Formats: sequence, structure tokens, C-alpha cells
Amino acid sequence: MKLSMVKELLNADVLTGEEFLDKEVNSAWGCDLMSDVLAFVKEKPLLLTGLINPQVIRTAEMMDIETIVFVRGKTPDDSIVGMAKMKNMTIMSTKYPLFDACGLLYSNGLRNNQGEEL
Amino acid sequence: MIELHFDVDGNDFTLAGECSSKVKKMLTQIGIAPAVIRKTAIAMYEGEINMVIHANGGKIDVMVEPEKITVILKDTGPGIKDIKKAMEEGFSTATNQVRELGFGAGMGLPNMEKYSDEMEIDTVLGEGTTVKMVFYCN
Repeated sequence: MKLSMVKELLNADVLTGEEFLDKEVNSAWGCDLMSDVLAFVKEKPLLLTGLINPQVIRTAEMMDIETIVFVRGKTPDDSIVGMAKMKNMTIMSTKYPLFDACGLLYSNGLRNNQGEEL
Repeated sequence: MIELHFDVDGNDFTLAGECSSKVKKMLTQIGIAPAVIRKTAIAMYEGEINMVIHANGGKIDVMVEPEKITVILKDTGPGIKDIKKAMEEGFSTATNQVRELGFGAGMGLPNMEKYSDEMEIDTVLGEGTTVKMVFYCN
């Protein structure tokens, strides 16, 4: 799924990385616990989270995750967006809660691609 | 051999991960295979976070040789009371404040063991902990 499609489906604002909206993302992962992102993620998914602190960007960096969608209308401060910009990431913010945001992407074909059960 | 040394500030959680980020960049620049970089970066980041959460910071030494990468994390924190317990997935002594920041799920040490090719823990209660991890390049 193209990132531009993700933006449209989630009615999201792009906070940085507008220039990468043509990129494709093949899987997604929804989680507020960065420990679990580090433990379980195998691919380079789109990350949906309601957690806003610099460790979200750091976790994404270590996992080679290039796109983060902040849910529940959470908007990170400028220093966090700046950090993501320096790492060429795309950051979006949507007003949908995590469950609904995941549901919208899932029902339009995006999966976690790691199998249905861990 | 490339050697790097870092002092990890234990007072600022927002800075945790800075050293791992620098190491990841350096490994990318010298052309280490992406899969090796990924496992090294994840395990070192977990270790760095642990240092900040549990031990008020510490020191990290990284040695890069053609065949392997060695990461040594050394702190003067409280030490690990029960290593066997600490290695269990889900066991954590982290505070609620740490949990609110998205960590403290009890996956740190198990994850470090999972991603490293060799790991040794040397800990003394009241004196500190040293964790040595080795990552093979091929």
C-alpha cells in the first residue's frame, strides 16, 4: 500500500516526510510498547502507536522502520519531528484510535506479514 | 580494528539510544551487512536503555573487527539480584514511570540474548553489571 493511501484512509496529517508518500509499505504493526516492537517485529513495517516520546523514533531507527503513524490525535513535539526528519522518516498523525486505524488499513489489504499468530 | 567509547548519561531518558544510533550509522558507513547491523543495533539499544533505567547510566565500549563486533556495557548500578529471573521474558523490575515510556516489559535481557551471538553477564550486587555481547559478521 502506498503511503499516500495510508494518509487518505486515516485522514492523517503528514508532519514530516511528505516527499516519501509515493513509497510502498508492505506490512503494519500497531503497538504502544516499544519493548515489544524490539522483541517481535521482523520486517520493516509501518508503525502505528499512541506513544509520543523520542524513544519511538529511536526504536524505529534501530528496526529500520521508516514510517510512523501517531494515533488518537497525538502530535509529537518539534524536537521529535526534527529527529525523524533527520532520519528520513515519514511521520503522520491521525485522530483515529489505534484499533480503528489498524482496522481501516487491514480492511484495505494491509497485513502484519509475520503470520496471524506469533 | 575500530574502537569506540561512550559515556551514557543516566539522568536523561530522552537521550537514551544516542550511542546505539551513532554505532548504527558508523557500521552502515563502513559497509557492514544490514542484517548484522540490525541485530547489533537492537541489542545495544536494549542494553543502553537498561543502563539508563536501572543503573543511572554507564560506559559502553564497541570494538569492530573484520569477523566480529563486540559490545561491552559496564555500569556501577545495583547489580542483578537473580539473573535467571531477569532472563525470563516478561519479568521486569522497572518502575511504572518507565513502563509509561513504552519500556519495562521484561524483554530487554532476553532480547539481547536473542539478537547477540554470544552474551556474558557479570554482576555483583551493590557494585554493578557488565554485559559483553559478540556479533559475528558472517
